[in-house]
Amino acid sequence: MSDELPEALPKEPTGSISRRDFLKKTGWIAAGVLAPAGALELIFGLKGASSAQAAEAATTAQTVPHWQFLVDANKCVGCGFCVKACKLENDVPYEADASRTWVERHVVTKDGVSHVDSPNSARDGFTTPDIDIGEGKTLQINPEDIAKAFFVPKLCNQCNHPPCVQVCPVGATYKGPDGVVLVDRTWCIGCGYCINACPYGARFFHPVYHTAEKCTFCEHRISKGLLPACVQACPFAARRIGNQNDPTDGVAEVIATQRVEVLKAEYGTNPQCFYIGLDSEVR
Amino acid sequence: MVFLVVVLLVARAIYIPGDFGIHGTFTYNFYRQANVTEWQSVPVKYQGRSYCGSCHQRNYDLIMASPHSVIQCENCHGPGIGHPDTVKKLPIGNSRQLCARCHTYLPYPASGRAVIPGIDPGAPHAPTGMECYDCHNPHQPVPLPNS
Ligand code: HEC
Ligand code: HEC
Ligand code: HEC
Ligand code: HEC
Repeated sequence: MSDELPEALPKEPTGSISRRDFLKKTGWIAAGVLAPAGALELIFGLKGASSAQAAEAATTAQTVPHWQFLVDANKCVGCGFCVKACKLENDVPYEADASRTWVERHVVTKDGVSHVDSPNSARDGFTTPDIDIGEGKTLQINPEDIAKAFFVPKLCNQCNHPPCVQVCPVGATYKGPDGVVLVDRTWCIGCGYCINACPYGARFFHPVYHTAEKCTFCEHRISKGLLPACVQACPFAARRIGNQNDPTDGVAEVIATQRVEVLKAEYGTNPQCFYIGLDSEVR
Repeated sequence: MVFLVVVLLVARAIYIPGDFGIHGTFTYNFYRQANVTEWQSVPVKYQGRSYCGSCHQRNYDLIMASPHSVIQCENCHGPGIGHPDTVKKLPIGNSRQLCARCHTYLPYPASGRAVIPGIDPGAPHAPTGMECYDCHNPHQPVPLPNS
């Protein structure tokens, strides 16, 4: 169908094109351009919804976990042990200014200004009241001027509609069967689209592998029944992980039955990382 | 034209592994299936403190009965992978920086930091040249009498 249009176009006489003709042709071109996309969607749409696959999905849903994360920001003290554990567990070079997870400090002053920092991704915690404003400079804030201040741990949201996966041109990043978004390092060409597409800034280039890098919820640990390194390291249970497909899972129950929030819900990414004690200052 | 298509198809068969394809929906689950197993077989480095306790029983019992019972051994001593077989000793670290992570006083009443006793980790509390563990047992930090 789409092959016909380009050949037909040059044959038309030029110069004497009527308004009616013009509109008609434009209509055909538009239809021709849109048709393949529509057809594709139809084919893949039908494929996705085929009854055999739906049945398969229904049976695996019970056995295959779907991981979700719960952050209680009220409990975070900013010790940064989660970041330390994550970097060491997952071979992210310790001195590199890049990390799969990080902790933000939000200091809101009484004049309404929000100061946010995460020095070295909070690998060494927060051991000074001075705010890191980059380039080795710090900002001193008078304790009297602070309206509120708190810590917010951040990590990949393992979105159910991950924009990072949609933009990958080579199929190197994907949502795995347990809901965790992974990167195939042998397949990744390092184009960086996914890094730009993530609204949460959760992706970066791995300084050694030169491929896109991100939190895997410690896939190698959770698949063996262990906790992710950051969850195990957190002394205050500010970080927890749960399995949505396990009806006895306490964390999944909290997420399902209590008041939790997600980051940037307006992006429609359906994040699987849920927060307790989030402030409207936190994006 | 036909030749080109054949070449491309042959190249595809050679270069693209058989398990590369749609495992779910086209939009989100288009991948090489063996990669999931590759990620799952990454070695575990943080062992958890029940492993440490199997040899360092005394430290384990001490800390579990103390206000520091919430802190994992490996937070302060680093990941236990290879210890004690290839890594004979785990570091006992720079205690000032370790302790300062939680005990530096920060004026943030709304944060979790407010419920931990806070100090100024420098002099005069901890004079230069002294480590926190010179006066406090990290595995059993009990309130000390005012000196
Ligand atoms: C299989 C027994 C075993 C296990 C399990 C074990 N250790 Fe050890 N650990 C040892 C031995 C043996 C030494 C060497 C003691 C020496 O040479 O003084 C040691 C040394 C250490 C040291 C250095 C002590 C010093 O005096 O310098 C630290 C710290 C330590 N272990 C922490 C840990 C932690 C944390 C874990 C858990 C991840 C752990 N160990 C698990 C046997 C073990
Ligand atoms: C809050 C940080 C912290 C935690 C948590 C911690 N340690 Fe230690 N540990 C230290 C410091 C600091 C020293 C050095 C103390 C000294 O030399 O007096 C030390 C020393 C040691 C030593 C060598 C000296 C000794 O007392 O035998 C061992 C072994 C050890 N720790 C094991 C453990 C084990 C096992 C755990 C978990 C059950 C643990 N530590 C938890 C900070 C910690
Ligand atoms: C992960 C955070 C964390 C780290 C790191 C940490 N502590 Fe603590 N510490 C706590 C908590 C929590 C308590 C208990 C507070 C309470 O409930 O009263 C505590 C209690 C104490 C107390 C008793 C205070 C009191 O008056 O009751 C001392 C002393 C102490 N820690 C010293 C240290 C030293 C020394 C280190 C470094 C080796 C250290 N802490 C590292 C969290 C931490
Ligand atoms: C010279 C000995 C000495 C050193 C070194 C020392 N402390 Fe203390 N520390 C004390 C004494 C004594 C007290 C109890 C009296 C007080 O509250 O001032 C105490 C109390 C504390 C408390 C409880 C404060 C409270 O309000 O309940 C914490 C927390 C603490 N120290 C942490 C540390 C940390 C962290 C370091 C290392 C940076 C350190 N100390 C170094 C002697 C010491």
